[in-house]
Amino acid sequence: MAETTTTAEPTRRDFLFIATGAVGAIGVGALAWPFVSQMAPDAATVAAGAPVELDLSPIVEGQIVKLFWRGKLIFVRHRTADEIAAARDVTLASLPDPEADEDRVVAGKDEWLIIYGNCTHLGCVPLDFQGAYRGWFCPCHGSVFDTSGRIRSGPAPINLPVPPYTFVEDTRIVIGEG
Amino acid sequence: MSTHTPTYVPKSAAAKWLESRLPIIGLVHSSFVAYPVPRNLNYMWTFGAILTMLLVIQIVTGIVLAMHYTPHADMAFASVEHIMRDVNYGWLMRYLHANGASFFFAAVYIHIFRGLYYGSYKAPREVLWILGVIILLLMMATAFMGYVLPWGQMSFWAATVITNLFSVIPVVGETVVTFLWGGYSVGNPTLNRFFSLHYLLPFMIFGVVMLHVWALHVPGNNNPTGIPIKSDKDAVPFHPYMTVKDSFSAVLFFIVLAWFVFYLPNYLGHADNYVPANPSVTPAHIVPEWYFLPYYAILRAIPNALLGVIAMFASIAILAFLPWLDTSRVRSGVYRPMYKVFFWVFVAVCIGLGYLGAMPAEGGYVVAAQILTFAYFAHFLIVLPLLGIFETPKPLPNSIAESVLGKDAGKGGAGTPAGAASKAQAE
Repeated sequence: MAETTTTAEPTRRDFLFIATGAVGAIGVGALAWPFVSQMAPDAATVAAGAPVELDLSPIVEGQIVKLFWRGKLIFVRHRTADEIAAARDVTLASLPDPEADEDRVVAGKDEWLIIYGNCTHLGCVPLDFQGAYRGWFCPCHGSVFDTSGRIRSGPAPINLPVPPYTFVEDTRIVIGEG
Repeated sequence: MSTHTPTYVPKSAAAKWLESRLPIIGLVHSSFVAYPVPRNLNYMWTFGAILTMLLVIQIVTGIVLAMHYTPHADMAFASVEHIMRDVNYGWLMRYLHANGASFFFAAVYIHIFRGLYYGSYKAPREVLWILGVIILLLMMATAFMGYVLPWGQMSFWAATVITNLFSVIPVVGETVVTFLWGGYSVGNPTLNRFFSLHYLLPFMIFGVVMLHVWALHVPGNNNPTGIPIKSDKDAVPFHPYMTVKDSFSAVLFFIVLAWFVFYLPNYLGHADNYVPANPSVTPAHIVPEWYFLPYYAILRAIPNALLGVIAMFASIAILAFLPWLDTSRVRSGVYRPMYKVFFWVFVAVCIGLGYLGAMPAEGGYVVAAQILTFAYFAHFLIVLPLLGIFETPKPLPNSIAESVLGKDAGKGGAGTPAGAASKAQAE
């Protein structure tokens, strides 16, 4: 009965071994999922990430206003004509992350630059109106941004991204939609 | 040579009863009483014991602090001030814990450089060494998460910068960071999970330390000559020789820690961390704690974000491969004239990187950091593999006893030179 011969035929014991192993592996996987999933933003955090509305009318020319959406800092900059001109007077190919200023603003609303306010390098907040291009300068690792929020020099790999937003009225935007 | 009984024999009836059921007294006796250590160990060998004591201090003060601390983004900062002002001796607990962390790293760096100088990572101690690298990584994770808990400006921005390191991972980076945060930015869920892990990790460190000590007690201690114990003449029992030596060294070490705790409690910290966390303003000059500065310099030296992060992690990971990168058959730097020079160059490179990590990332500092980053990796990838081939080591003594007492005293104790010794002997 208790012979230990190697049979070519699969035995009932082989079947039980494989079946138990398979069920065990699926069980571990199924149990692991909740432990990973609980790390994700919870329902309250997701709910608090709903779109926010902003009235642009009190923001004077040359001013930068900061607000938070989803805990992320957003810069709203009412650009002067000089700042717009400076942002557009550039050879795109010379930029680390080539992107035209026109593509970063809503057509006809060129004075309004709305971008995320955390450096794309490691997330510090760049300082307003600083650096060689009078855009922003990140004090952490020296990234320099122009008046379009584009990276000009330093370790930041890409431009300050534009969040999703739409103009619902002439001077009123909704951030998180668009 | 020992007057102690080499093996534990229970005498009382109670001890006999316990020992026949769980031989734990015998285990402690053989590990920390009768355990033979080389007779020539110098004070550099006392930092293992100091580190164990520091771990206990960190755990005890940490448990106390957790009783008074509130892990919530709105209350954490105030609860730390509550500890400082209202809790009896709360200031002492917190200053011990914060400065204890700094001294933990100071001691571990001495411990690591001791291992580097005397070749303690070489066969048969590779696993012992790799366990040490794992402990270092766990320590770094623990220290970082602990630094976030007071929720001051440096806490918040350290959390932001370090978690964003993972965003450079191609494709899944953003998702990974969102899962680390538990939100769309560093916030209350982040603080909560860091608190949970900060409480867990020290106990994991404790577990790996146990493995580290176990892996140490298989081959036994390395020593300044790098040659193994060959006879009773080479060794002394752990107690009282090392217990006294470790204790004396620990007293001196803790006097310095006490000096910082009582007279310079904030010297190693940053004033900005006494400003509550503010996601809309980054402090003008953000630098990590001193013990992370060399890695920070390496991170900033590389202009590409992904490569910078890879280089930073590689600077630690490369230590795990050290036993195979060093090709020399002679273990101790004492008998390696060229290695000795490169060792001190490497120490200077590490200190230089630490200095540059504290400087702003601009101009000449960046270039200097790039040169030193190259030198750091060259030490492991170029110097150590080649030194073993080109270096002529000095002759090794026949035994530990001979190295301490001279030729005559070593008589009888000196057997056939083993392993690393034989090559140098031939010359």
